Amino acid sequence: MSITTEKELKFVGKSVLRKEGIDKVTGRAQYIDDVKTPGALYGKTLRSKIACGRIKSISFGGNIPWNEFTIVDARDVPYNRVMLIESDQPVLCDGVVLHKEEPILLIAHEDAGLVEEALRAITVEYEKEPGVFEIGQGKVLKQYDIEEGDWQKEFANAEVVFEGEYRTGAQEHVYIETNGFIAQWDGDNITVHGSHQCPYYVHKALKYAFKLQDHQVNVVQMTTGGGFGGKEDFPSVVAIHAALLARKARRPVRLIYDRAEDMASSTKRHPSLSRVRTACTKDGVLRAIEFNFYIDGGAYVTLSPVVLSRGILHSFGPYKWPAAKLHAQCYFTNSPPYGAFRGFGAPQSIFAIEAHMTALADHLGMDPAELRRKNFIHRGDAMPTGQIVEETPNMEALMDRALELSDYKRKRGAWKRGSGKGIGLSTFMHGTGFTGSGEVYLASRVGIATTRNGGAEVRVSSTEIGQGTETVFAQIAAEALGIDVAKVSFRRPETKVVPNSGPTVASRTCSIVGRLVQRAAEKMKQRLAGADIGHHYAEHGEAYEEVEYVPRPGLVWDDNTYKGSAYGAFSWSVNVVEVDVDPVTAMPKVHTLTSTVDIGTIINPVLAYGQVEGGIAQAIGWSTCENVVLKEGLMENHHLTNYVIPTAADAAKIVVEFMPNPYSEGAFGAKGVGELPMDGPGPAIVSAINDAINARFTHIPLMPEEMLK
Amino acid sequence: MKQSISFTLNGKSVTIEAHPMQPLLYALRDDADAVGTKYGCGEGECGACTVILNDELVMSCLVPAVQAEGARVETIEGLADANELHAVQQAFLESGGAQCGICTPGMIMAGVHHLRHPERAPGGVPEALEGNLCRCTGYTRIFTAMKRAKEILSANGTAP
Ligand code: FES
Ligand code: FES
Repeated sequence: MSITTEKELKFVGKSVLRKEGIDKVTGRAQYIDDVKTPGALYGKTLRSKIACGRIKSISFGGNIPWNEFTIVDARDVPYNRVMLIESDQPVLCDGVVLHKEEPILLIAHEDAGLVEEALRAITVEYEKEPGVFEIGQGKVLKQYDIEEGDWQKEFANAEVVFEGEYRTGAQEHVYIETNGFIAQWDGDNITVHGSHQCPYYVHKALKYAFKLQDHQVNVVQMTTGGGFGGKEDFPSVVAIHAALLARKARRPVRLIYDRAEDMASSTKRHPSLSRVRTACTKDGVLRAIEFNFYIDGGAYVTLSPVVLSRGILHSFGPYKWPAAKLHAQCYFTNSPPYGAFRGFGAPQSIFAIEAHMTALADHLGMDPAELRRKNFIHRGDAMPTGQIVEETPNMEALMDRALELSDYKRKRGAWKRGSGKGIGLSTFMHGTGFTGSGEVYLASRVGIATTRNGGAEVRVSSTEIGQGTETVFAQIAAEALGIDVAKVSFRRPETKVVPNSGPTVASRTCSIVGRLVQRAAEKMKQRLAGADIGHHYAEHGEAYEEVEYVPRPGLVWDDNTYKGSAYGAFSWSVNVVEVDVDPVTAMPKVHTLTSTVDIGTIINPVLAYGQVEGGIAQAIGWSTCENVVLKEGLMENHHLTNYVIPTAADAAKIVVEFMPNPYSEGAFGAKGVGELPMDGPGPAIVSAINDAINARFTHIPLMPEEMLK
Repeated sequence: MKQSISFTLNGKSVTIEAHPMQPLLYALRDDADAVGTKYGCGEGECGACTVILNDELVMSCLVPAVQAEGARVETIEGLADANELHAVQQAFLESGGAQCGICTPGMIMAGVHHLRHPERAPGGVPEALEGNLCRCTGYTRIFTAMKRAKEILSANGTAP
């Protein structure tokens, strides 16, 4: 299975129109809230108003016909745990409260308005206990340590030792479609339809909570209005809640969140604190790094161990370090659990290392681009994890092109520090797929079936959530099968029907699952042995082939020492950011962001640009205006009126250029794309703002109020 | 108390029974069976619920249903005819202006309204679409789509 050159390809590399695009532009696409369910009840969740303590009593007051309501509490849950990595999180509070907005009770009624009223008529009395809200104060949730080389000696003998502290804030996903599920039982079998990224995560969670067998649970994905990680683990809770109400009511139940509930109760990006110390020579050759990385995990384990892992495994940047000491800790607090958000810990640690590199360059009196150039990692070099870089990163080429496209040299010379105009850069990488042995544990499977019309149907649990999954998989399958892309369809993910191709996360869909789609299609092609699919189908009925993930030989990871090949491939990128700061309002405006990007083979240019531009916009928001105001762990500004995300009017000019360097194990050479663009803008923006106003900020979001001080 | 409200929805007369103060968004979605218009916030901030009411662009989550009485309401469902997408829809499809698609109905309605009345947004497309949040695209491809829509319209010689 060699990579064919792009010239020979018919569909890969072409901007094939989005498969489900017509449904989306005509308003016909069915999101969960668009589904009609005659006879269904409307559900609502009663949530804790305190961050830590005990529930003393619950009373149902007011003029509410309570006997008409379905009411569910912890006693109604067969196994009161949300199964994920650990199973510490209860489905509903059982007396103890560990964070604000923790679900306590569920109620449902056929009159949606009455449900709202009823919710307000319930009074909970608590016995409050003091909570923990700062990183470093509570119990340690997870810790990793990685050491390489004699870092103590390097620091002791270093010509220059430089250190800094860097912070990043929480971030709310603001997918424009809120969370929602509709649950319906048929005897002992449960079917849920909903908005989510990972059907098999929901499947597993339902199975455990209701003590069911695999075949008793069916999870169907509706068109999903954005996820960005926010619909990775959180939907499991929503689905269980809907199913609990439906079971007790013996009726279908709709549990669809409004915006305020969604923003207050759902997961956010983990806030972080990094302390970085580096040793280098006077002329900027890096010798050692000491990276201490701390994140707030919130009240339950959820996905925090893996977020922490990805964070520390990206903390050393695309540089060569003879020695390293990396230490990562995640803490429990009494915040709602923090969760997956595009980049998954990497944007946090990359913010720190990149802000540090620029600060170090200033300290050494060097151009930040030149300091980086001196230290880029190359093929054959070892990362602090011991991973030998087997591909050609070509950071120099990516940087040269980004500097050229942005006219960096001239602008850096012409715009004096403090002039109100600033320019900054960042250079970074992002690992494709699950960390370490993760892909091996997932053992993803992909199916492909022939269809009556002479085409093929791709069956995967990987979801379309805006990135274009249906389209790129159709392109990959069509290419490998040698049929027209219009003849490849995509089966709506439904756990009863599609094999488990793993979760739609970790920039793994196009590259890793796509490779499985390619292999399944190649296997099907072999089986068909040149026969016309339509004829074959007429004669033999549906033909179905399935393949399973096999790790690349030599890809070894040790979970105990945290050493080895953390990722099969990395995507690489360079950002240059130009900002203007308004002298009166102090409002910074990112006016241009240039990004050169190596994500391997581009399967679909329009979709790939869309991923990179959209990720960059989210990162600009995270850095400049998205300020999650935490009060006792809760996002206080949980409305779109007071949590501001970028609008069309403040959209930056985003210039993207792809410089593909194909990955032998990715689908037709593709590497991960979704998360990479989230990593670089933050530190480049802060550097540009520091340059523009002659400041030394080391955190994001960097709000205008702070700049006026 | 519910009351009858009659209006033209995408050129067809409809009469619904709805509470007069209920937002038009829910009247459309629940009572007129037009679920193409989306809920995103219910507070006038996201624009997912954008529709055209008597030639004005409104956020239907903020407009009481009774205001539709006797009015002409246009929603995403009314743009395409049986075989052909509206130029703005076609342009969004080609240019990558829709990703997850949840902002798209509202965004496209705002785009159509802007092409009909460019003078109302002196700042051009970014200003015209300022009230419509998109979390997926970063707006770049939406701007491209709006340019493309203009091209399609002038090539076809049709009005938006
Ligand atoms: S739902 Fe109307 S503006 Fe958000
Ligand atoms: S396409 Fe997803 S919010 Fe705009």
